[in-house]
Amino acid sequence: MRKPSWNQRAKTLWAAAGILLFFLLVVIGGSFCAKRALVSDFSAVNCPPGRAHLFGTDWLGRDMFSRTLRGLSISVLLGIGTAAASAGIALILGILAAMSKRLDAIVSYLIDLVMGIPHILLLVLISLAVGRGLKGVVIGVMVTHWPSLARVIRGEILQLKEQPYIAAAKKLGKGPWGIAVCHMLPNVLPQFLTGMILLFPHAVLHESSITFLGFGLSAEQPAIGIILSESMKYLILGNWWLAVFPGAFLVILVLMFQYLGESLQRFFDPAGFHR
Amino acid sequence: MKKKNHGKNTSGKKRIVLFLGKNVLHAILLIAGVSVVTFFLVIQSPIDPLSANVGQAALGAMSEAQLEQLKEYWGVDTPAFTRFLHWAGDFLRGDMGVSLLYRRAVSDVIGEKLVNSLLLMVTAWVTSGLLGFVLGVIAGANTGKWQDKLIKGYAVLTASTPAYWIGLLLLLVFGVWLQLFPVGLGVPIGVASEEVTMLKRLHHAVLPALALSITGASSVILHTREKLAEVMECDYMLYARARGEKKTQMIMGHGIRNILLPAMTLQFASIGEIFGGSVLIEEVFSYPGLGQAAVSAGLGSDIPLLMGITVISALLIFAGNMTANILYGVIDPRIRRGGQRL
Repeated sequence: MRKPSWNQRAKTLWAAAGILLFFLLVVIGGSFCAKRALVSDFSAVNCPPGRAHLFGTDWLGRDMFSRTLRGLSISVLLGIGTAAASAGIALILGILAAMSKRLDAIVSYLIDLVMGIPHILLLVLISLAVGRGLKGVVIGVMVTHWPSLARVIRGEILQLKEQPYIAAAKKLGKGPWGIAVCHMLPNVLPQFLTGMILLFPHAVLHESSITFLGFGLSAEQPAIGIILSESMKYLILGNWWLAVFPGAFLVILVLMFQYLGESLQRFFDPAGFHR
Repeated sequence: MKKKNHGKNTSGKKRIVLFLGKNVLHAILLIAGVSVVTFFLVIQSPIDPLSANVGQAALGAMSEAQLEQLKEYWGVDTPAFTRFLHWAGDFLRGDMGVSLLYRRAVSDVIGEKLVNSLLLMVTAWVTSGLLGFVLGVIAGANTGKWQDKLIKGYAVLTASTPAYWIGLLLLLVFGVWLQLFPVGLGVPIGVASEEVTMLKRLHHAVLPALALSITGASSVILHTREKLAEVMECDYMLYARARGEKKTQMIMGHGIRNILLPAMTLQFASIGEIFGGSVLIEEVFSYPGLGQAAVSAGLGSDIPLLMGITVISALLIFAGNMTANILYGVIDPRIRRGGQRL
């Protein structure tokens, strides 16, 4: 037997492991930087990037590298939490919609309603309703990202219902719960997992946007949205590093998750099994 | 055969009326839902409009009577349900109330800001649509080659980039370093509003519109690319190649016809995203549009204005979706026929 060469699956697995390691490092590094990100040093104000301060310092002399790392770790943690919760809502509503016609009508009205208000505006409204801050962002992002995944899951289950083996299981005396757990859930699980990971980029981008607008995390938190909105005042002075590094690393973070989700999608696709 | 066709046509007209009626009903239900949800979200807010707008220090210095007056102005003590009924009744009569922050009729404020925003949004919508479609066609016709990789990379990158960060970068490069464009505001400071020429106004709108167009194109690119790549694999494309058609001929004759419709639908459905992007971009460039008004209304608990903007934007989104639905029937004869059969 020849040693199997590196196929798409092995590459995907290694890439996924690398990306997860990166996230772990960001989170750990961020928690170490939590204090340093807030310390101001008036002897080193507005330093451009250099050896002492990799990403420079802001107008209070705070180290931008620590602030960026801390901001990214906040983004990762919030993004994972909210994406998972949103995917959970999508799973429940998708299953409900596939149960009966009336429930389907209710769920699709809810989908239309959520998608009918511009996403940012809806986030602003929800954030207002719960009094801004961390709670506002978490709840807002959680309850607005489920529609597309709920639609996918609903379609998948409706298709599954027509399968002969479901009819056979019914005839064999399996109850609706048994069918749901033994036959439906394993089939929608791949969609659910990839959908959840692909929700993450949206969740992170919306979290930072809403924070940028002033409805999200409070100004003491070095979240990426806060860092960027604060940087606006100092851009005119030419302090480019305040905006460029934090934003670029946010983009890299989002791209990594997007890649992870897409390769997982290919991973679960049976037709592409041997690629 | 002829008779049958005739019968189909009359029922077709009925179908169109039915189709429109259904859409209008749907719109009414949706807008009603949107306004109820919006109102109760805003009412729910624990943020005190008085301390948010007047400031704690000023409030402490006021007399009881003044406080009462303020409370009445911001509607603090009126029950939520009554306020909603008042609002809805006035709205149906065409009165959207008075903006608490601007102290003008909401419809006036929205009208003025909407014109500014539309300048941005329409430009971005058209450019991102056209650019996205052309780039998507180029990528889809050359799948796997460097053009495709470059364009796909651009689309994936911009999809993962927050719109406001692109705005900040543009501001930095063109506003601060090259000083080609002004750094903020819709019009120059210190110039009377009558003296602001259309040219100046456009000059101030270039960067925001560019930022919006850059981020808006990615979904059209990815979608068009995918569809065209699919179409290129079809049997009729193989046949066209066997007949000796050139690649451009194949794409112009068979490719574009098959992918134009879904791309247009997508573009019409993306109005909500363009609106969301404009909220962020307007904030970056301090551009006096609807998005900025929405943000200040939100931060200042200006409920009538926030309600008005939400309902108007929901209407815009709905109009976009409905136009897409209608276009499907108008452009594609197959769907028209299919709709009659149903």
